[in-house]
Amino acid sequence: MFDQDLYLAAWNRNFQQLLQLPDALLAERPGFDDYIRYLTERGEFGGSASETEIARLRSRLTDHHSFERTRPDGTVMEVRHNPMPDGGFVLIYSDITERKLSEAGIRAARDAAEAAYAELKAAQANLIQAEKMASLGQLTAGIAHEIKNPLNFVNNFASLSVELLDELKETAAPAFVALDEEKRVDLDHTIELLTSNLGKIADHGRRADNIVKSMLEHSRGVSGERRAVDLNMLIDEALNLAYHGARAQDTGFKIGLEHDYAPLLKPIELAPQELTRVLLNLFGNGFYAANKRAREQADGSFQPLLRVATRELGDAVEIRVRDNGIGIPAELKDKLFQPFFTTKPTGEGTGLGLSISYDIVTQQHGGTITVESEPGVFTEFTVRLPRQGGSA
Amino acid sequence: MSVSILIVDDERDVADLFRQRFRREARDGTYVMHFALSGEAALSLLSDGVEPTLIVILSDINMPGMDGLRLLREIKTQHPDMPVMMVTAYGDDERRRRASELGAFEFLTKPVDFDLLKAQLRQLAGTAESPT
Repeated sequence: MFDQDLYLAAWNRNFQQLLQLPDALLAERPGFDDYIRYLTERGEFGGSASETEIARLRSRLTDHHSFERTRPDGTVMEVRHNPMPDGGFVLIYSDITERKLSEAGIRAARDAAEAAYAELKAAQANLIQAEKMASLGQLTAGIAHEIKNPLNFVNNFASLSVELLDELKETAAPAFVALDEEKRVDLDHTIELLTSNLGKIADHGRRADNIVKSMLEHSRGVSGERRAVDLNMLIDEALNLAYHGARAQDTGFKIGLEHDYAPLLKPIELAPQELTRVLLNLFGNGFYAANKRAREQADGSFQPLLRVATRELGDAVEIRVRDNGIGIPAELKDKLFQPFFTTKPTGEGTGLGLSISYDIVTQQHGGTITVESEPGVFTEFTVRLPRQGGSA
Repeated sequence: MSVSILIVDDERDVADLFRQRFRREARDGTYVMHFALSGEAALSLLSDGVEPTLIVILSDINMPGMDGLRLLREIKTQHPDMPVMMVTAYGDDERRRRASELGAFEFLTKPVDFDLLKAQLRQLAGTAESPT
């Protein structure tokens, strides 16, 4: 207790012990300023100067207040300041080190629980996404099965009808000659139209058949044979295949190819045919995006480029396929792996390439496939394949 | 000389399709086409006897009731030498393997390549005729 004149007036043993104050100091009944100066010199207020502390504490002499401070030995002390009606005040010191420690413990536990929860949420989101994609894949294959039979009939009867019409023309030719000019021209014209219509039915039927075939790829699932392969070599072969395929379709096709293969990549067990499909898909998309940008910037300043890199991660390998093409707007990224999602014009893409690739990488190989992109700058796909993954 | 072909499929339009695809062969008497809409119907047709000489059976796999693979097993126990071709829209390895285990002569995936089928039939008709 400090009296009206701010001299130490009374204290108890706990106070002396807690603050480790020498008898001599207390016997002198020091003034508040001297008391604070003594504590400051002992480092009780950190590196703060005594006059600063005195000014600070003096400004609040008539307030009820409390504060905490950490002492040089690491213990934490709570100081309650209670002014008295006639002037002077009582200071109550308590050691709250343990409370502080348990608080910190609780806080750490809470942070850990929150982090675990966030991880769980992310894992759940991944699981839901994987589940969604898997059921979409199954649905796709199921639809394909159902459509395939009727479509076969359409195609078969269309091509048969073309044959039948040819026979009709042949058989009816003598009868047609007997008709008058106008009627004959009319009939010829009708038969021509019928033939052309049937040809169109057959053409579009073939187109639908190709889509159905791709859809059925979703159900092929785990059939792919697995063996240990040199991934760099597999990638190189796929890259060659994709490049020459693109050149065969469009002789004006040009793209710079770069690769950065991890040296001494250990063989990895995977389904080579299936993974090649994934690579062809990624390369094909990259070529398309880079060339689309090249056509949009036709002044020749733009150099389309595709870069492939591999990296050893120890328990997994990573493949990165990056193109400097038109990029993917952020709002489309979520839809990218869904069946039938395509940005290509009708007839150019089925929208199944990436959804099949997703199945192959995640379901069949237990890996991940992710995408990063900046519209107008680049797109980069990252495929990670675990070394002993691929439960499916 | 005419020979018979038996086609087993639960879809009626399959009969139309084969009739039209084989219209010339049917017209000139090369083949007589028989159709059954189920495995059961096919077996009863077989037990009644098919005229003229039956050289091959083509059967769908997915059919309600007795499916194509069960029909194949039945035929093979009663007529071990009768060539049976399995025809299916689902050309998966598992079905293919089972069909060949059960003694299928051929495994065709829909849509059927009729030119190829005709060539195979000509061979079968040739071997069927040679002993006589």
